Amino acid sequence: MSSEAENVIEVRGLRTQFGSHVVHDGLDLDVKRGEILGVVGGSGTGKSVLLRSIVGLLKPAAGTIRVFGQDVGALSGPAREAVERRWGVMFQDGALFSSLTVRENVEVPLRAVPGLGDQQRQGLAELKVAMAGLPWNANAKFPSDLSGGMRKRAGLARALALDPEIVFLDEPTAGLDPIGATAFDRLIVSLRDALNLSVFLVTHDLDTLHACCDRIAVLAEKKVLTTGTMSQMLQVDHPWVHEYFHGPRARAAQVTDRAADRDEG
Amino acid sequence: MAEQRDGALVLTGDLVVWTLAQLPGGRAGRIDAAGLGRLDTAGAWFLIGQREAGAEIAGLSERHSQLLDSVARAMASPDPAPAPLPGWRRLLEDVGRRVVSGLIFFRELAEYLGRFIAALLRAIRHPADFRLTSLVHHCQETGLRAVPIVAIMSFLIGVVLAFQGSTQLRQFGAEVFVVDLIAISVLRELGILLTAIIVAGRTASALTASIGSMKMREEIDAMRTLGMDPDMVLILPRVLALIVTLPILGLVSDVTGLLGGAIMSWIELGISPSMFLARLGDIAVGHAVVGLVKAPVFALIIGVIGCHAGMKVGKDAESLGSMTSTAVVNAIFAVIIADALFSIFFSVVGL
Repeated sequence: MSSEAENVIEVRGLRTQFGSHVVHDGLDLDVKRGEILGVVGGSGTGKSVLLRSIVGLLKPAAGTIRVFGQDVGALSGPAREAVERRWGVMFQDGALFSSLTVRENVEVPLRAVPGLGDQQRQGLAELKVAMAGLPWNANAKFPSDLSGGMRKRAGLARALALDPEIVFLDEPTAGLDPIGATAFDRLIVSLRDALNLSVFLVTHDLDTLHACCDRIAVLAEKKVLTTGTMSQMLQVDHPWVHEYFHGPRARAAQVTDRAADRDEG
Repeated sequence: MAEQRDGALVLTGDLVVWTLAQLPGGRAGRIDAAGLGRLDTAGAWFLIGQREAGAEIAGLSERHSQLLDSVARAMASPDPAPAPLPGWRRLLEDVGRRVVSGLIFFRELAEYLGRFIAALLRAIRHPADFRLTSLVHHCQETGLRAVPIVAIMSFLIGVVLAFQGSTQLRQFGAEVFVVDLIAISVLRELGILLTAIIVAGRTASALTASIGSMKMREEIDAMRTLGMDPDMVLILPRVLALIVTLPILGLVSDVTGLLGGAIMSWIELGISPSMFLARLGDIAVGHAVVGLVKAPVFALIIGVIGCHAGMKVGKDAESLGSMTSTAVVNAIFAVIIADALFSIFFSVVGL
């Protein structure tokens, strides 16, 4: 991943507000091709709102959002669909369709592909389910029969169905046990390496930030306060950022991170 | 693009999920992938499928073969499908399952009836545990709020009966018997049956929805851990409120039904209200009693079915919706069955 890689997402001067409540004001953010960008921030700083604005679920009050160099706010009809096919979104609890089995859920985006036969569609869906780390027998299960971690994996499988170039992940490890969360972190990195994905990852999990993210963007004061690598974050002397990356939990995450590095090295 | 050249399938351009459908079906002997542009996991899946079928793949670039390897590693090996059962055994198994689940349903209904009675007895022994406020609230919800719809419905039923009855009875010159017709049909059957059906639709669904959403959010488990008995807190006030209010609603229905009938008879047949009342006096009381006796039983049926369905709601919102509609259908059906049994019973007893 060269440092001058193209930006797949460019947010400039974003302003979002609900009534008189301003969530973002003059927010700028870039996501480069092939990187995993972690977005952190306190509760209510609008991390999920930012994600929803980029994928077009919320209309910003001002500013431009360019994905693959195209202004998504100005696109409509087929041009917009073409862009939507190049990204995948995993919502917090998977957001699976409850009346469909896991495999059928993953087949939903594949149905948009013209001429794809039933057998091919099923085979591809089963491949995506396996790539998301679910066992074979999960294919026929309904979302209500799955644990939280499995639902997230199934949501990821659906987000990956059309081999997107960007994947948006909303708190992928929230509510998972440490073992499941670590496995999910590894899964994200391995998928990025295999598919050259760009990942926009909203999280609270310091371990995930350590384990996955190439760059971190801190949301505070209605904009992106700072971006940079983990080691750059540790140098920032903004009080909230300092508290976040130097608090007791952060120290614990660093220790496990170093231990993991030792194990692998 | 794919084309056959010298017995080999030559791939050029992008092999991605969008172009997969353009590939020729069946097995290729040899695949030349040297001219391949973009390859995604769907394309890799196709190539692996061909390779496993015995095709020879030549000219893969370094990057592409890496992708092929990582997809091949991720690919799941399907579990062997269980041997299909013969048709007659599947049919038998299906029938058996349905019978057993039907029997389990009745056993559970009996269980909830028992739980209600046990809670009632406990409330009688320890009146302090009883939640009077809750009872009053539910009486208002299921009783008072239902008065307008029950009254209007019964009034219209009375009007319709008088109107239809009078045209038929006039042919025999027996117009005055329209009073008997209205009195017997409204007081004995229609008043209470239609009220029970309306209440089943309103209240059984409300019971299932309120208890079910509490079940969904683990509120009922939380109650148990706090030492509160869901039978006392949830089931008893709701079912008891139904038992208290349904006879009252039945009486409202009887009165408004007769009112509608009397007004229509006056307009249509010239039977004055005093004449209507005088004729009514001979027959009304017995029929009204036979009708209202059924009310508490219907109330119990609606309440128990509604509470049972609420407690059966699972963790997902879908089961809440399906249990609510099941509860309404079951409650209405059970009320009608009970009404039929009552009418057999009364005719045997001679009431």
